[in-house]
Amino acid sequence: MSEQLPPLSTGGWFRWIWRQFTSMRTALILLFLLAIASIPGSIFPQRGTNPLKTQEWITGSPTWGPILDRLGFFEVYSSPWFSAIYLLLFISLIGCVLPRAAAHWRAMRTPPPAAPRNLARMQSHEILDPADVDVIDRADTFLRAHRWHVLRGESDGAVWLSAEKGYLRETGNLIFHLALILILIGVAIGGLFGWKGNVIVKTGDGFSDTLTQYDAWGGGRFADPAKLPPFTFTMTDFTVEFDRAVAQHGSPKLFKADVSYKANPDATAETTTIEVNHPLEVDGAKVFLVGHGYAPHFVVRDSTGEIVYDDTVVTLPQDGNFTSTGVIKLPDASPQLGFDVVFYPTLQPGSIVSGFPAPDFPATYLAAWTGDPGLDTGIPQSVYKLDKTHMTQIGRIPSLLPGQTWTLPNGAGSISLVGYERWASFQIAFDPGKEFALIAAVLALSGLMLSLFVRRRRVWLKVSTDPNGTTVVEIAGLNRAEGGDVSADIQIITEAVVGKETP
Amino acid sequence: MTPAELAQASNSAIYASMLVLTLAMVFFAFSFAAGRRKPAVASSTEVIESEGGTAVITRTEVIDPVIPGRRSANIAMSLTWLGTGFLLLGVVLRGLWAGRVPWGNMYEFSITAALGILVVFLGFSVKRDVRWLGIFIVIPALLTLGLAVTVLYTEAAQLVPALKSYWLVIHVSAAIICSGAFTLAAAVSALALLRGHAERKADGAEVTGLTARMPSQERLQVMANRIIAFTFPLWTFAVIAGAIWAENAWGRYWGWDPKETWAFITWVVFAAYLHARSTVGWRGNRASWIAIIGWSTFLANYFGVNLFINSLHSYSGV
Repeated sequence: MSEQLPPLSTGGWFRWIWRQFTSMRTALILLFLLAIASIPGSIFPQRGTNPLKTQEWITGSPTWGPILDRLGFFEVYSSPWFSAIYLLLFISLIGCVLPRAAAHWRAMRTPPPAAPRNLARMQSHEILDPADVDVIDRADTFLRAHRWHVLRGESDGAVWLSAEKGYLRETGNLIFHLALILILIGVAIGGLFGWKGNVIVKTGDGFSDTLTQYDAWGGGRFADPAKLPPFTFTMTDFTVEFDRAVAQHGSPKLFKADVSYKANPDATAETTTIEVNHPLEVDGAKVFLVGHGYAPHFVVRDSTGEIVYDDTVVTLPQDGNFTSTGVIKLPDASPQLGFDVVFYPTLQPGSIVSGFPAPDFPATYLAAWTGDPGLDTGIPQSVYKLDKTHMTQIGRIPSLLPGQTWTLPNGAGSISLVGYERWASFQIAFDPGKEFALIAAVLALSGLMLSLFVRRRRVWLKVSTDPNGTTVVEIAGLNRAEGGDVSADIQIITEAVVGKETP
Repeated sequence: MTPAELAQASNSAIYASMLVLTLAMVFFAFSFAAGRRKPAVASSTEVIESEGGTAVITRTEVIDPVIPGRRSANIAMSLTWLGTGFLLLGVVLRGLWAGRVPWGNMYEFSITAALGILVVFLGFSVKRDVRWLGIFIVIPALLTLGLAVTVLYTEAAQLVPALKSYWLVIHVSAAIICSGAFTLAAAVSALALLRGHAERKADGAEVTGLTARMPSQERLQVMANRIIAFTFPLWTFAVIAGAIWAENAWGRYWGWDPKETWAFITWVVFAAYLHARSTVGWRGNRASWIAIIGWSTFLANYFGVNLFINSLHSYSGV
């Protein structure tokens, strides 16, 4: 059989491929591929959200790390294969939806097909009583008033109505699929024009929204770091409370940052409180409170007795009880000095970790180093790590309490713990596509509900004369969705046209 | 009541619920097994004496119109209502104890989800006869409760700041209803597979065996489809609500956090299910399998991501 078919032309081949590609089967396979391709991103650390862990994973596994990295397993959602799947899915979707939209447009403009000859074969079928010729007019008026599409005709000596309703099902289906494309556009707008940055601010310190003030900043291709909204804020106070009950001991109960902010340098200052779930919205950007910690205050004198450091140092929490680490680098001191700092909000003597996240018994561990901290090499350095390549340790102190001073060995100077401040870390984000994406998502959900809950159904009414000369009025219906039922519609129509007397 | 009394009362109600549900399971199991037997048949013998001999007519008739196992199924249904009542009480008391919605950690979410499974089933049972489905609902509900009271149990505590939002009520309650409905859909789909197997084996004849008293495979598939058609928009809503909350809490509405990723996977799999239902060659057994896979991805998200993967959604409290 197949050898008798004429060979396909190039255009024919293209059409065949396109038809296969836009078929439901292809969509199904692409959906499965999308689901499977998403999984690795939840198993392997992702560079975008967790760069540190990603690096650890790669260095920790010298064989597989680089291979998986090259295959994109640490940037799954921007990898070529993941992008390929969803782009193909969307092309297939467009290829499927557009012709259907055209067909639906035509269907809505066309009256329903003529009533079938034998209504008794339909899903629901009833003979109306009393048989009344005018029933057809009343039904016609009623159906049209209730937004049925109605076709009236005559054949084989019978007068019939053919009515259809529920076109919103397909409309909703099309809206849903088109709205998915809109969501993608919203995401793309955010990705191209949006940006986000992180900054740590100590109590009493301020922040102004310029690139240099950020600890980390990243933006889309068209985000201009020179044109950030010119707002400023100062963190006036930071409050944190931890759970002291036995259950969930030490978990945070509350943390909030009191700030005063200005939308631009000329605006009047306003005050507000930033909490988790309550970001500050200013000038199109949103300021989120994402973390907090301690910044112990030290005074350092070098061998000459001169104060070379009088400041707070940010320490980063390492565990749930806020055992926090940081460093002090003093390349200009004499001798050059460096300190490893561990801050315990609640020191447990004999232990190297804090016992509780609140500052019940604050203390610091210190290790002092002399030598060149390597700040002049030109290689960027972390402010939280001491490069000890050219340094030697001169001494350690397991616990220095506030008000205490540690005299360094070899007459290198001294260090005193004055007290501590709190710091809060903020994420500042700007996403110009999010409102668009939200509207698209709501549109998608609305379309989805229409497409699943609206029933497309047809009813027919027929007035004919049987061989004995008696008038017979029949009503029948068909629900085009599977497992559907039209009996409710039949009942309503029946009641409307024969159930009560028309005045 | 004092907090300690509330705690005691909540825990007692949940244990009572588990006890009653276990009984329900036993009765469901009994009814299920009884369904394998042929309906009871009795014969009565009439002796008609006539001239020239005695004719014995043996009349065979079904004297027990009640299908075997029906009675225990009815008892099981009543017990399920009772057990669900106790569970509702336990969940409400837990909420009163904590002074907030009872889904602030994994224990609370689990007991509420078990309640969700049972409520969806009982809601279904009001309008139609789904006694044959009971055992497949009571077992997952009991497993969830068992896991909750043994592994996941935590004392009621205040919410961590990240959960202090009215979105907790909206987003999580939608997810809880979905957990119940997905479980129901997966159970019905699994039964559709079993029933289909039995139907093919019977080859047109009356189906015997465990699935004898279930609706036809076709009807089971339609039922699963309806449940999923109801749940899919709700799940879509839960994901959108989660995205809005995430935007407000973390500064981005979608960040491929493992929880988000798995919610997306579940969404994609059930989307595939709905497409499969309108694709020739996929609407039968394959669609049933997809529904079961979709439910598995939901479970993977709940247990896997909460307990084993480091996620922003790690609020399990375990």
